[in-house]
Amino acid sequence: MSVEETALRWTVIFAALAFVPASASADEPAVQLKQAPGVDVVAAQCGACHSLDYIVMNSPFRNAAQWDAEVAKMIKAYGAPIDPADAKTIGDYLKENYGG
Amino acid sequence: MMTRRGLLEAAGGALAFAGGGAVMAPARGAGSTNSGLLQLSPLLPAGTRSEAVLDTLPGKKPLIKLTYRPPNYEAPLAYLRTAITPNDEFFVRYHLADIPQVDAATWKLNIGGEGANGNLQIGLDELKKLPAFEVVAVCQCSGNRRGLFQPHVAGEQWGNGAMGCARWKGARLKDVLDLVGLKKEAVEVVFDGADGPVFDKTPDLIKSLPVWKAIEETTLVAYEMNGEPLPHWNGFPARIVVPGWTAVYWVKHITSITAVTRPFDGYWMKTAYRIPVGKFPLVARFISQETAVTTPITEIVVNSLIISPADGARIRAGRKTAISGIAWDGGYGINSVEISADNGKSWTEASLGEDPGKFAFRAWSYEFIPERRGKLLLAARAANKIGQIQTQELIQNPAGYCNNVPQTVTLDVS
Repeated sequence: MSVEETALRWTVIFAALAFVPASASADEPAVQLKQAPGVDVVAAQCGACHSLDYIVMNSPFRNAAQWDAEVAKMIKAYGAPIDPADAKTIGDYLKENYGG
Repeated sequence: MMTRRGLLEAAGGALAFAGGGAVMAPARGAGSTNSGLLQLSPLLPAGTRSEAVLDTLPGKKPLIKLTYRPPNYEAPLAYLRTAITPNDEFFVRYHLADIPQVDAATWKLNIGGEGANGNLQIGLDELKKLPAFEVVAVCQCSGNRRGLFQPHVAGEQWGNGAMGCARWKGARLKDVLDLVGLKKEAVEVVFDGADGPVFDKTPDLIKSLPVWKAIEETTLVAYEMNGEPLPHWNGFPARIVVPGWTAVYWVKHITSITAVTRPFDGYWMKTAYRIPVGKFPLVARFISQETAVTTPITEIVVNSLIISPADGARIRAGRKTAISGIAWDGGYGINSVEISADNGKSWTEASLGEDPGKFAFRAWSYEFIPERRGKLLLAARAANKIGQIQTQELIQNPAGYCNNVPQTVTLDVS
């Protein structure tokens, strides 16, 4: 990763995380998702409403269709403001890294 | 709601994510000194086992953290050793992450709705002026033991500890409703608390009860837990207490109680917290919310746990060994607890301890002398006073509720 890319990633992630409510515990940053394409979108979009341990906790037993259904549920049932391109990135990341 | 503390924590989070392996993660919880508490069932999903840690919320002892935000923390089995669970050992469960610290001095409870004869707002002092009642009751998450489902189902991957039993004190919900008076057309009573979603498009956790359950004399608007004000994480300054029914109805930080003349159709009633019709032996039904296919989860199913010895403990052959645990149900009362030391082939009755009330944990104990060395599989199963007994085979359902398959504990006899 180039210096510019690293800086950009930090900016994106900081921007996303700076507006989430305070966590109950100071230890939330200890949650480490797998570093793979799409992780920054996942951290920003999913992390806006909930800590990222939800993903790890619900793995690796979920298949591709189940992860797609979960992303769709977050958008349709829970009103997550995620555009279709980001939804695909998130779904692909989850299937690739936390699929069963 | 963004606070300065939140900003600082969020910034820390950004560094940890961005840094990957380069930035040291902060020390997590109190795991190194309390490792005996972090006993995770091998039946849990691998991801859950890797992510669960001991972590200490303000005012609590270390609990098993499943998720940080919203906070979902279960009690280690050792905390369930007694019929009453101490407040600082009581599990924590939230659906949504905006959780305000409620100020008791300015807190108000709104009572009314189109199913009531009027509207009223009361403060904590006025709630406490109503006649006070106490009940010892188990507060158990509907999804307790979801993580032990095979095959796994999505959701909060609880082990055995998403529950506790406390002595709750408060006003009867019936007396609170009588302040405004229910119309005879009222079918349900709807509850909302101060906590809510991060985005306003996310459905707030709003639950309803059928009127018959709302006005039962054991259903409370509770402001004390084990003789103290409710802890923040368990609903300060007041929560609904519905003995016998699962904890999703026990709305925390209660701010409104609304009588309605039509079934409440919010997401958390119509879509979530439902079970297939006819699959479980539940007596209490929530008819106004039933469809041909699904119905709201209601009662706690009869269940038990072996607390001591812990899974994997070593015991000595030829020596008397004491086994102890708890049993509970939806309020019919525990009739018996049986123990099997031969993989379920034969069962022997355990001794029941003191009875703190039909909604409470019932302690039990059993003594035996293991004869053969090697692995010994112990199981407990409870039956209640209306003849319900723990199921031998898991009853599958999409959301992973009502798991009352007997827990097994493997001991090492040497």
